Amino acid sequence: MSHDIARRSDDGGSWKELPKVKLQRMNRRALTLGALAVSGALALTACGSDDTSGGSGGTNTAAAPDTSNIKCDDAKGQLLANGSSAQANAIQTWIKAYTAACKGVQINYKAEGSGAGVTAFLQGQTAFAGSDSALKPDELTESAKVCKDSQAIDLPMVGGPIAVGYNVPGVDKLVLDAKTLAEIFNNKITTWNDPKIEKLNPDAKLPDTKIQAFHRSDESGTTDNLTKYLKAAAPDAWPYEPGKAWEPKGGQSAQGSSGVAQQVKQTSGSISYMELSYAKDGIKTVAIDTGASAPVEANVDNATKAIADAKVVGKGKDLALELNYATKAEGAYPITLVTYEIVCEKGNKAETLPAVKSFLGYAASEEGQATLKDQGYAPIPAEINAKVRETIAALS
Amino acid sequence: MSHALNTQTPPPAPSTLRGARLPKWAPYVIAAGSVAAGCGIGLAGGLDSRIQWGLIASILFLLVTYLLAAKVEGGRQAKDRMATSVVWVAFLLAVIPLVSLIWETVARGIKVLDGYFLTHSMGVLADTDVGGGIYHALIGTLEQVGLATLMAVPVGLLTAIYLVEYGRGKLAKAVTFFVDVMTGIPSIVAGLFILSFWILILGQGYSGFAGAMALAILMMPVVVRSTEEMLKLVPNELREASLALGVPKWRTILKVVLPTSLGGITTGVMLAVARIAGETAPVLLLVWGNPLINTNPFDGPQASLPLYIYQQYANSAGSPAAYDRAWAAALTLIILIMLLNLVARGIARWKAPKTGR
Amino acid sequence: MDISPSTTAPPPPQDAQPKPISHKAAARGATRPGDRVFLGLSRGSGILLLLIMAAIAAFLTYRASIVLSKNEGNFLTTFEWDANAIPPYFGIAVLAFGTIVSSIIAMVIAVPIAVGIALFITHYAPRKLSGPIAYVVDLLAAVPSIVYGLWGALFLVPHLTGLFSWLDQFFGWTGVFEWQGGAPRSLLTVGILLAIMILPIITNVSREVFRQAPQMHQEAALALGATRWEVIRMSVLPFGRSGIISASMLGLGRALGETMAVATVLSPSFLINASILDPGGGTFAQNIASKFSEATEQGRDALIASGLVLFVITLLVNGAARAIIARRKEYSGANA
Repeated sequence: MSHDIARRSDDGGSWKELPKVKLQRMNRRALTLGALAVSGALALTACGSDDTSGGSGGTNTAAAPDTSNIKCDDAKGQLLANGSSAQANAIQTWIKAYTAACKGVQINYKAEGSGAGVTAFLQGQTAFAGSDSALKPDELTESAKVCKDSQAIDLPMVGGPIAVGYNVPGVDKLVLDAKTLAEIFNNKITTWNDPKIEKLNPDAKLPDTKIQAFHRSDESGTTDNLTKYLKAAAPDAWPYEPGKAWEPKGGQSAQGSSGVAQQVKQTSGSISYMELSYAKDGIKTVAIDTGASAPVEANVDNATKAIADAKVVGKGKDLALELNYATKAEGAYPITLVTYEIVCEKGNKAETLPAVKSFLGYAASEEGQATLKDQGYAPIPAEINAKVRETIAALS
Repeated sequence: MSHALNTQTPPPAPSTLRGARLPKWAPYVIAAGSVAAGCGIGLAGGLDSRIQWGLIASILFLLVTYLLAAKVEGGRQAKDRMATSVVWVAFLLAVIPLVSLIWETVARGIKVLDGYFLTHSMGVLADTDVGGGIYHALIGTLEQVGLATLMAVPVGLLTAIYLVEYGRGKLAKAVTFFVDVMTGIPSIVAGLFILSFWILILGQGYSGFAGAMALAILMMPVVVRSTEEMLKLVPNELREASLALGVPKWRTILKVVLPTSLGGITTGVMLAVARIAGETAPVLLLVWGNPLINTNPFDGPQASLPLYIYQQYANSAGSPAAYDRAWAAALTLIILIMLLNLVARGIARWKAPKTGR
Repeated sequence: MDISPSTTAPPPPQDAQPKPISHKAAARGATRPGDRVFLGLSRGSGILLLLIMAAIAAFLTYRASIVLSKNEGNFLTTFEWDANAIPPYFGIAVLAFGTIVSSIIAMVIAVPIAVGIALFITHYAPRKLSGPIAYVVDLLAAVPSIVYGLWGALFLVPHLTGLFSWLDQFFGWTGVFEWQGGAPRSLLTVGILLAIMILPIITNVSREVFRQAPQMHQEAALALGATRWEVIRMSVLPFGRSGIISASMLGLGRALGETMAVATVLSPSFLINASILDPGGGTFAQNIASKFSEATEQGRDALIASGLVLFVITLLVNGAARAIIARRKEYSGANA
């Protein structure tokens, strides 16, 4: 385009004849146009709405949770939080109920990941963080900066089973144990009709297709918990150190629980791990042979049984939990994860404190915990939950 | 469009003298035949990818054209026909994905794109729910891009003026070179720079403004380049006339040079705006995202259209509702950018120097 | 604008405009306070741009140096990315591999096709078509990368399964096209998508170059009885060669730094795979975008270090492209 103009300006003679008056008139017209654009943009800012309850969005017919017991107190303003995507669905449910009751509060939870959540919290960007793993000692020390000489504490808020989801046409039920699972994810077992899988599933018609094992390409608390389980229950088959990053080489990967769920849905012969709340719409879940009398299905009740085994290992007000991954208890689903909210014990920002206390108070309340079951989360055992509520009430 | 003469030129005389020519309709027939054969082979061979059908058809077309032409018209003409076919095939090969891109976006995006979608935010809806809209993202994008423009345009304009009107010596050379290099900075690097400087070192929060700064870095070199080109087009006679009348140089620039090239400059700015409006990476790192409306770009996280598309795609576990929203947002973004482009071209045509022809 | 006023002389190079006069004027005018302020402002802006570039390099280097001094692995040769661990253990080998391979694939596909389209627009298309086509290609250059990413992930990937199995069937023996049968989200997919994305850019620049090819040469060749292809081969392509190279370098620069489109279609993993159909590798930009969310402060510094490498690479590529363009300007001036 510039060349067209370049050509035309070759005979620059005609330039001198351009009347100046005309130029100025054009400028004024350009200014008017600009003013129009700006005022149009301003007008636009006046007509939007955050209220998505009506209109074409009103198809959420799920019964509204009971909100009569939410105490708003003097909570108001915007609450910023960041963290684990494992608890995103739970938090979104709570936010929906909570903000319906307390109109003055806006909560923005960004499910970016536990690491991002903790980093942002330690930088003082957020009011609380959601994390799949308790703070590490050096992070606790660092938190003194944000918490004004107090420390950050871990509040276990919601637990849940990590489902091993698969998509194999014609196979509706699948039982695996820790060893086979480890070998599948380690690329040692590569086809669905491998004798080791057939032995555990004598009745299933397993195809001879290749296994597409998906793992998380980002670091994740979900990976952390799965690898902890594999290491605890099948140490021979899983030579890697448990951690948030996926260690074995090879296999397919996708970003986030959402990403792997999407891929499992699309790819025939695939298997992966994700929070139970993501394993729906065509993803079937594996029952785990733990050594108990019957294989254990991944569901909320079975996860609750496993979490009930957990011990509090945090010091003082910190309620970090330790799970027993090698559990053989009847009906206890061993691959579970507990996710925490991380707040300052003391020294929370004055402007967000009432909202934090009120919102987390609701989340830890019986109503708050009860709404989770439909979403595939397991409530925290009553005894620990009572301590959580006490701690929240005492936040300052 | 000086090539015009060329394309209209009738084929050189010797070839007609030689007589043997493929009839005019030959290429079309060969093309149709190849497509039919490609589809046939595809169907018969049980190939399930349409891409293969197309590839087979194109290879057949090229081969048949070459062989036929070689037989009838001789080697040189065959090569010419071959080249023509290759160019046509290249064009069609490229057009298919690009048309498909536009088609998919429009067809899938139109589903939920309505007044409600444009005037509502996501509110408290979960990512997998039906409903919600892009109002918050639209506001975010407009404000961030607006701020970036406010920052980048004065700097870019003044730099271009410096280069064209004053620039001599090492400084001007260095600026020219680094402006060139700066146009190639990956957007994620600009984002990382603002992140390390504004958020990690200065301890500021995520905000629309942080994103706007990164966008401004991406925008500046584009503005400089286009403004520079436009200023160079202003004939020196205009400057000389003004200076000869005793008008100071700065007034000459402001009152004569800039108004003359205003159309071109505006076009350049608009194109730069269109370019940064679609940037996702810096926004992902710096603006954070927000499902609610936040009209203040200086305080607190905002949303933006590209980020919204990414989040709807990535956080929804394949929920059809979220995909619909992502496509609709993509369509909105494309429309927005096309509008900017059209306005820019309109201004260019409207303000283009008249050539007196 | 149908037919340029004269086909005899291309426009004089812009440098040839009589500059000295304005310079003298500048020297005299600078004595006025208004002029001094204005000169200061505009020179200040130029310096500000230089400062920004310097600051980008400096801040990235600073953050990178913090983590690099702690790195247990070799930054250049380690095949792992364990940057959040203490001590960190990471290296860019896999990222460099993935970035280079996907960009090469993109270039191999895009450059010939883009040159073809450019020739199509300037020399082959029916005249009524060439304008609108050029316009559409311009617009496509403005389609945001995230839209390409969305399209790639939801449309392109499902449609590539057939092509992948075909490649595996016939060329699997080479090892490069071996396929385990997973979702087609490999470096080849990325390469194809990047090719589609950079196509408009390369086309635009080469089209401009072809359009400037000396008309006289072409007419002379035609007069000697050359076919259209011979005209192009003998007069248009030699003239445009450096233009094509620099256009390709610009496209390469964009392909190297592309983030979101890659992040949405690639199944990244930290190993180098001989096959471009199986998952393996990642790219610098994609790795930053996808590891960023779970990164601790140290992990972010490591990502910034990889961003610095990307910055340097794109700097070199773009610098080279500009150098070629600058040389061409002189060449074309002499040629006219």
